[in-house]
Amino acid sequence: MPDVSWRFVSILLANGVLVGSMYALVALGFVLIYKATDAINFAQGEFVMFGGFLAAATADMAGLPWWAGVLAAICGMIALAFCLERVVLRPLLGRPIIAVIMATIGLASVLRGTAVLAFGTGVQSISLPVGSSPFHLGPLVLPPIEIVGAGVSLVFLAAFAWFFLKSRLGVAMRAVADSQQVAMAMGINVRRYFALAWALGGVVSALGGVLWGAMLAVDNQLALVGLKVFPVIILGGLDSILGAVVGGLVVGVAENLSAGFLDPLVGGGTKDFVPFVLMIAVLMVRPEGMFGRRRIERV
Amino acid sequence: MFGSETGVFKTSYAADMALYPLPVARRTMAFLALFFLFAVPLLFSVYAVTILNLVLIAVVGALGLNILVGYTGQVSVGHAAFMSVGAYTAANLIARLHAPFWIAIPAGGGMAALVGAFFGIPSLRIKGLYLAIATLAAQFIIEWTINHVTWISGGVDASIQVSPPVVFGMALETQRQLYFFLLFFAALAVTATLNLVRSRVGRALVAVRDQDIAAEIIGINTFRYKLAAFAISSFYAGVAGVLYTYYLGIANYEQFGISVSIDYLAMIIIGGLGSVLGSIFGAAFITILPEATRLFLKHFGGMFLSHGAILNLIPNIRLILFGSLIIFFLIVEPEGLNRLWRNIRNYFRIWPFTT
Repeated sequence: MPDVSWRFVSILLANGVLVGSMYALVALGFVLIYKATDAINFAQGEFVMFGGFLAAATADMAGLPWWAGVLAAICGMIALAFCLERVVLRPLLGRPIIAVIMATIGLASVLRGTAVLAFGTGVQSISLPVGSSPFHLGPLVLPPIEIVGAGVSLVFLAAFAWFFLKSRLGVAMRAVADSQQVAMAMGINVRRYFALAWALGGVVSALGGVLWGAMLAVDNQLALVGLKVFPVIILGGLDSILGAVVGGLVVGVAENLSAGFLDPLVGGGTKDFVPFVLMIAVLMVRPEGMFGRRRIERV
Repeated sequence: MFGSETGVFKTSYAADMALYPLPVARRTMAFLALFFLFAVPLLFSVYAVTILNLVLIAVVGALGLNILVGYTGQVSVGHAAFMSVGAYTAANLIARLHAPFWIAIPAGGGMAALVGAFFGIPSLRIKGLYLAIATLAAQFIIEWTINHVTWISGGVDASIQVSPPVVFGMALETQRQLYFFLLFFAALAVTATLNLVRSRVGRALVAVRDQDIAAEIIGINTFRYKLAAFAISSFYAGVAGVLYTYYLGIANYEQFGISVSIDYLAMIIIGGLGSVLGSIFGAAFITILPEATRLFLKHFGGMFLSHGAILNLIPNIRLILFGSLIIFFLIVEPEGLNRLWRNIRNYFRIWPFTT
């Protein structure tokens, strides 16, 4: 390596950590749903996109303040997640895994088409009151939106960790995830918790949509954030919130370092490539991820 | 076309396993062969033949994916990437070495099979969702590699021009000429699959699908058959990729994106998992759907909307229709079009004595 300055590396690292915690937020939506219902949401990216569109449309088109947009996005995504759970996912309970995968892939396609029909093809923006002048922290120069995004993400990740560990609802949800039959025998209304898990997934997606939408821009491309979720959750383990955080940070840092060091060598684009290579390696060595639970299979 | 049988008179396993169990099936096949060989090229318009060519290519690819997903139960979201491996292998052979089609097609398939088997290695340890995500990674890794390694992609726009296939000294340049070429390979793929799934290998694949641990206990080498399924499936994908390259006259990685992989998954879901006939139905359905949407909106959308609005609408309506159909079939008819066809056939089998 010719001139590796520590400043350069530390900027890459700091960026990676910030972006990584925002990945963790999106991954959290996936983990919540998988943990409670065993369903795999391949439409997570589209959920995020839809949340972003809702927020942008409310704030921009209707001329309401930014917090109204966020509120509208959260309410809208809760409603949407409820409906989808009821109409699409519930009939598929107990069916082979490919059925659920394909249903959410179909859902992704429907959401993408609907978003353009409902909100138009143009690029929209979400303006959060965070300013745009870069933030100086010692040798680091960081965009404020990334700091706010990371902060909000970490707050919510902590909140959900508390929710699952301490609150009554969270404990019941973990019971449902562990064994639906035993949970039913204990008097837990399993269906209600499925709906709740999807609603929480909707809330997280709405927040992710607002933050990512504010950082990038709100259009169809926002759904691509969802693709990065897969390396994150595989690295961390599908059913672990801590895993989502650590996986998000690892992916964020890895893609920033590769963009800094590999891109000049091979001509760009490694950002979208390295996380998946990392993921294949993890799948071959430790398929359940860093914090995931190993499932024992019986005939 | 509908025969009626009066009972089951089979006295040997060979008769039970026969491809055409009834004389009527043989007559139907003969009729279909005549129809596709003579009626279609003589009576159909060039536009219809062009669409039909796409269907024939999709049949080859869908059969391959169905062997992997429908018969072996290994989910793959990277089918299009394996098609692109075949396409670029063949395109390089044709452009650099002027390889004839009878080298380019097996070479494309073989290369895709190798790459497919490599990405199938994780299937030893992981299954279901994890495998789906691993194949998703395969899709992106292959796409990126082809796009960024100029030795493979040939530089500008990552696309390579190929000359049309030459059969018996005649270059197949028009769509009608290409139709017979593609029909041959589609028929070959159908026959090969029909024979594969009733062979020892095919039964082993089904055993792995139904319960892989149990299959291992009764002496099936699970890993070998999973890898074989990946290799066979990718071979079909590679061949479909080469055929598509011949069809377009150019190999371009943009034709083999993730959305194409999803199209193929939709074909086998809508057609019917684990069914050869279903793969054909699904391939036809998914290929014709966008054309049908476009024609329908063009002719009937004008009543409500302006021309420009319709043009904007078409791709989105297509996305919504596509997604809703997948969900509809998953919920309402999980066994797909093949099941619907069987229901109709069984109804008429003993017609008019049905209740």
